[in-house]
Formats: sequence, structure tokens, C-alpha cells
Amino acid sequence: MSVADIQIEKDLHHDGHDDHHEQSFISKYIFSTDHKTIAKQFLITGIFWALIGGGLSVIFRLQLGFPDMELYWLKPLLGKWITAEGKIDSEFYLALVTMHGTIMVFFVLTAGLSGTFANFLIPLQIGARDMASGFMNMLSYWFFFVSGVIMFISFFLETGPASGGWTVYPPLSALPQAIQGSGAGMTMWLVSMVFFIASTLLGGINYITTIINMRTEGMSFTRLPLTVWALFLTAILGLLSFPVLVAAALLLVFDRSFGTSFYLSDIYIGGEALPHIGGSPILYQHLFWFLGHPEVYIVILPALGITSEIISTNSRKPIFGYRAMIGSMLAIGFLSFIVWAHHMFVTGLNPFLGSIFMFLTLIIAVPSAVKAFNYITTLWRGNIKFTTAMLFSIGLVSFFISGGLTGIFLGNSALDINLHDTYFVVAHFHLVMGSAAFFGMLAGVYHWFPKMFGRMMDERLGSIHFWLTFVGVYLVFFPLHYIGIAGFPRRYYSFTSFDAFQTFTDLNSFVSIAAALTFFAQFIFLFNFFYSIFAGRKASLNPWKSNTLEWTTPRLPGHGNWPGAIPKVFRWAYDYSKPGAKDDFIPQTVPLSETPESNLPNEVEEAKAEAKK
Amino acid sequence: MAHSTAIESNNIWGGGVAPMKASYGKLMMWFFLLSDAFTFSALLITYGLIRYSHPAFEGTIDEFAFSQEYWPIPEMVFEGFPFLHGIHLPLVFVGLMTFILILSSVTMVLAVEAGQRMDRKGVEKWMLWTILGGLTFLGCQAWEWTHFIVGADTANNAAGNTFMGANLSMNQYGPPNFAALFFFITGFHGFHVFTGVVLNFIIFYQAVVGKLERTGHYEMVEKVGLYWHFVDLVWVFVFTFFYLI
Repeated sequence: MSVADIQIEKDLHHDGHDDHHEQSFISKYIFSTDHKTIAKQFLITGIFWALIGGGLSVIFRLQLGFPDMELYWLKPLLGKWITAEGKIDSEFYLALVTMHGTIMVFFVLTAGLSGTFANFLIPLQIGARDMASGFMNMLSYWFFFVSGVIMFISFFLETGPASGGWTVYPPLSALPQAIQGSGAGMTMWLVSMVFFIASTLLGGINYITTIINMRTEGMSFTRLPLTVWALFLTAILGLLSFPVLVAAALLLVFDRSFGTSFYLSDIYIGGEALPHIGGSPILYQHLFWFLGHPEVYIVILPALGITSEIISTNSRKPIFGYRAMIGSMLAIGFLSFIVWAHHMFVTGLNPFLGSIFMFLTLIIAVPSAVKAFNYITTLWRGNIKFTTAMLFSIGLVSFFISGGLTGIFLGNSALDINLHDTYFVVAHFHLVMGSAAFFGMLAGVYHWFPKMFGRMMDERLGSIHFWLTFVGVYLVFFPLHYIGIAGFPRRYYSFTSFDAFQTFTDLNSFVSIAAALTFFAQFIFLFNFFYSIFAGRKASLNPWKSNTLEWTTPRLPGHGNWPGAIPKVFRWAYDYSKPGAKDDFIPQTVPLSETPESNLPNEVEEAKAEAKK
Repeated sequence: MAHSTAIESNNIWGGGVAPMKASYGKLMMWFFLLSDAFTFSALLITYGLIRYSHPAFEGTIDEFAFSQEYWPIPEMVFEGFPFLHGIHLPLVFVGLMTFILILSSVTMVLAVEAGQRMDRKGVEKWMLWTILGGLTFLGCQAWEWTHFIVGADTANNAAGNTFMGANLSMNQYGPPNFAALFFFITGFHGFHVFTGVVLNFIIFYQAVVGKLERTGHYEMVEKVGLYWHFVDLVWVFVFTFFYLI
């Protein structure tokens, strides 16, 4: 009966998808409702923002590594933010740090990563012609675009962009008297984020609904590729945490512009008491981190899903512990909502409450370790193909482990008194979530590039890009651990006036050089990416000999993905090197009845039932 | 479709079917409401946190006077009623508002039910009542806000309390955040009601011109119905937090 229902649904809502009439340039490439085009829009916008975000970090690393350097040569770019002495303006330094964080966390690793791969992979891997609502999907991209435009314009304000840190804690962010960036820059930051959240929710609701309702026949949840599982849980996390940021941001808007005091109390500026009384800045931190902590899993989960897929494919082995992988993602997703106060250990939080949050935080080590071990055991004795995507996936596992280990230190509420807000924290999250998620994104681009553009990226340039980036990331972030343990606070403009830090000047210069080199190594990728779109080697239908459904589409799938009927699914996505099989992979569309030589004992019955119909 | 295997057809999560027997549009509405529920929860938690960081009034209700020193007793604040100036009617007006809103939920149920019977006239009638209920609620809220903003001349003000009425940064009834939170949260809810009325009107219009009948089902009524019930449910919580506790 329900089969009939869904059939009616399809007739009702999907009539438009099947006819392949010629579209105008605008409806094909600009206001497209095709999930593949929208994915590419997200990807290219994400790359644009990654360049800006990365560029900003190189500029402030110059200040940190070479505090005496004369930066007049940056004047054409930064204008009045280079002072008369040739230094970066100290308030603009804070704006750089703030915008680097905001851009990287939200625009690159949330929209650029989830937006790209959820849009691209969900319909292709579950066997759907498009997202549930192509129109909402299009809106999702354009809200993101508008949000980006607003954020970009804020760079050109007289008072500069927001500069209260990417977490925009009040009272610093609430009072324009406190810092220049809390004027118009902060207003634009908030407006931009409102658009961004709308984009995320439109996308997320679509992803979840599509996965629940539009899987092809046979694609049960226990046959879903882990990428889809990861993107599904990511969307749920976003759906439940971003609305809390809406509340936090709206309250902040009222404090800033309409005279309320939700976050403000007892503030004196220049000896003058402000009229605000009765609010609490800690309240903002609670609301913010209720989003902020799930947000880091929104960033890392899609990367982990992509890695699962790539490592299994390129080890030519089934993913080790498929159900454990799902379980660990579920556990991570659940725990992510009840650990937010570990960002607030030193805000005067009740130490007993601190120990509870510490306990919950440390539990996350368990599912994370499950994932790490499963990656390693999948690789173990595999027939490893070192494609560029595979290299980046292994790089992700490396970062996830080395960055994750320091998470155990930071999750400890006593150690955090020493380590909070130092470069130790910076090193930790840049490895475990920043670089790891970034590597997941790059791995995904290299792996699915043939499906996106019908051509291959150059593997040699890919390898060079990988090794430079991999080594570069460790050269940047490993020394930061030492600098952090030594007590360097993050976000400080200058350390030259502190004697205790003099001995670290060389190390800071070293980090800055490594950061600049790593940044410039990304241009190898950019060249490879754009060159290959137009002139890459033409891809075969299934270049990586992969099992999932997207490789059953034509080289350049049109709107609707499969020219004929949607393929049915008969097995999970990880039948690699199955004993007895003639190839080392069996796509999900091959019925069990066609592979009697490799069926497992429990699959024999299923094969019989299949053959009967 | 019909030839799925015995194993698969038993498993509604096996793919090829909508496992929750709901269209994607309805699922989307549910997920949106789930996310909106988190927004309101955040706001109500904010209310609770700020409320309990202020001292409560200690003493009997007869001695109560408005003061900046403690959080006011809501039934002493919201005691007005249109045309009944000076009479102490605690929470009567807001009770009436709540009743009207809940009644509009009932008429919405009837509209959905009429839609399932493909009864166009019934849908039109009950949607219209729902819209009227929503507009009445908004009208009542406008009066309630005006009364709150202008201030109560008959109220019992503590010494030193010279400001009358309320705005976002100060008020006569108590600490500034009392009024700020009132405006913010009931305003946010009122905005949801307003959006709901607009959505209801669009669907009402589509029913009247026969657009929904032509599509062969009245599912859009069910979708806006979900939203409308959610808005009512949220009001119950807002009401409890602001007026009763």
C-alpha cells in the first residue's frame, strides 16, 4: 500500500524531473535546481572562501612570526590597516583572526564541505533523481551566497569587519565603544549569519527528508554508504543546534541595537557606568556553545564519512565494523549536545558541574577511537591503492588521532585552567577539526571529481599537493603545542614585550614560514582543479572500481541522474575483495542471485528469494 | 514496484517507499518545527536564567508594589481588560487570548478533517474561522502590548519608581529585563502567529479558487495545520513561563 502512496507522490511532485528539455544558461548554471550543479556552486564558493580565509591567516602569521617586519608592501591590499610604521593595525589584527575563524568554520567547512557533498552525494548514492525539493536546495545556496556577499562587504567598512573573535562573545561584541569592529562590522556579521543559518536549515531539512523518503528500492539504512550516514547525522546536528544560535544572535542584536540588557550588566567604559543591568554574558556563552560544540562535529562528520568510503574503496576491503562506524557516529552526535560547557571551564562554572562535563567530554574519546581503529583495521593488509584521495584520507586519520589526543588534555577541567585560550587549543582544533575536515574535503574532491566534471585530476600534481600540505600542516601546528604549553595566549597581537616568550621567537617565525608555504601549496590544487575541469583526462565510468550507485550513472549525468529507471540495490556498499568473487568489487546493483560463487551462508537464502520473483 | 521480495516488503525502511507514510513536504514541516522548537527552548531557558538571577518578591500579594528591586508578580502586571479600567482582573484577558488561540487550533483540525473528505466548502469555512481566530489573537496581543507600554496609572508603585509603562530598556513593573524578555519572546511568538495567519490565508485563497481541489488532495492544509498547532503549543509554554510561574 505504501508503495502505491509513494508512487502517487512521485507523480505529483516529480513530473518535472524526467523531461530533458534544453535549459537556458541561467536556469542551468545560476538558478539551477539540479543537486549536482548546486553542489558545484557550493564547492567553488567554498574554495573562494578558503582562499580568503587562508590568506588572512598568512597575513596575521606575518605579524606573529616577524613582528619587526615592515609591511608597506601590503598597503595596496590593506590600505589604512597598515600603520605609518608599516605594521598591521592592532585592532585589524583582531578582525583578521575573527574573520579567519568565521570564514573557515562556517563558510568553508560547513557550507563548502556539507553543502558540496551532501548535495552531490545524497541523491546519487541513495538512488534518487534529485533532492526532495530542488527549489529549497537552490534557495539554500543563494542564501549562503547572500550571506557571503554581506560578510565580504564588511571587509570594506570604515571601522573594519567584526573583530570580537569568531565566537563574538558579548560584551566585547555588543558594545561599539569596546572595539571598532563591534560597530557596523558586527552588525553585518550578525545579518550575514542569519542568512547563513537559513541556508543551513533549508539544506539540512532537505537532506534529512531526502534520505528518509527517497532511497531506491533495496537501499535500507543498513546498506547506506557511510558517507550518506555521516551527512544524515550532520544534517540532524545542524537542524537541532543552529536554531539555538538564531536565538543567541537575535538576543545579541537586541542588546546591540535596541537597548536591552540580556547579556550586559555592570559595565563601565572610561569610568562611566552603562545603563545596562541584569543580564549575563555567560548566558550568551551557554547558548553559543550549545551550537558551537555540535558545530565542530558538523564540520568533521562529513569528512569522516567521505574517508570511510575512500579508505574502503582504495584498500579494496570492506569497511571494518560498518555498524560500529554508524554506532560511533550516533554516539558522537548524541554526546555533542551535552558537552558544551567544556568550552567554559574557566568562566566561573561550578567545579562540580565542570567535572560532569569533563566526564561526558572524555566519553567522546571512545566512539572517536572506534572510528580511528576501524580506519586502521580497514587499511590493515588491504590491497592499498595510493590515489590522491586515499592519501588525503589517510592524512585525515593521522590528524584525527594526533589532534584528538590533545583533546583528552583539554577536556580535563583542571588542566584547562592552564591550557585554555593558549596556542595549545589552537593547535588542537586546527589538527582535529580544521585540517582533518579540510583533508576530508580535498579527499572528496579528488575522489568524486570524475563524477562531477567527467574528467580526472592529475594524480602526480595531487601527490605533490598532498605531501606539501600534509607535512606543512604538521610543521605549522606541531610547534604550536609547545608555544601553547609555554603559555602564549591566542589572539594576542604581539609577544615581543613579554620577556618569557623571547626564546620562542624563532619557533614562531618557523611556524609562519611553514604556514605561508602550505598556503601557497594550495595553488597547485587550484591549478589542478580548474585545469582538469576543462582539459583533464576523460574519466571512465567507474575509475576507482567502486561499489556505490553514483558510478552507475553516465559519465556526465543529466538532470535526473539515470537516463533509464533508477537502479535497485541488492547489497551493502562494501563488497570489496569478497572471497570467491571474480572481481575485487561487486557494485550494489548486482543481485545476490548473480553471484552464487561469493555469497555468504546468510545470503544464500536471500539470493533464492530474489531469484524467485 | 509490485514485485519486491517478501523480505523487502516487510521492511518499510528497506527503500523504495516512504517509511513514515508521509510525503516529503510533511516531513520537512515536522523537521522545521523540531528546529523551531529548539529556538523557542533557547529563549525560554534564557528567560528562566535571567528570571532566577533576580530576587523574587517576598511578602504577601496585598503588599506588592512595583519596584526595580525584585521580579514582579505577573498577575499584578497583567490585570487589565479593555473597557474595564481600574478593575483588578488578574490574567483574565490573557486567559481569553489563550482560549481564542486554542479554539483556532480546533477549527484548524476541522479544516484538515474536511480536507481529507475532499470537502471544499468545509475547508473554506474552517480555514476562515482559523484565520479569524489568529487575527483576533494578534489584535488582543496588540492591546496587551499597548497597555503594557503605556503603563498602569492605577498601579501601586514603590517609592522612587517614577517611570510609567515599559520599553526595551526600562519599565515601571520591575527590572528592565522583565519587559525586554516580555517584548522579545511574546513578540517572537507573535511573529510566528502572524506568519501562520499569512500562510493560512494563502492556503485559504488556494482552496477558494479551487487550486487545491485540482491537485486532488488537501495536503497543504495539513502542512499549515501542523505549523498552526505548533504555534499554539508554543504559546502554552510561553503563557506558563510568563504568566503562571
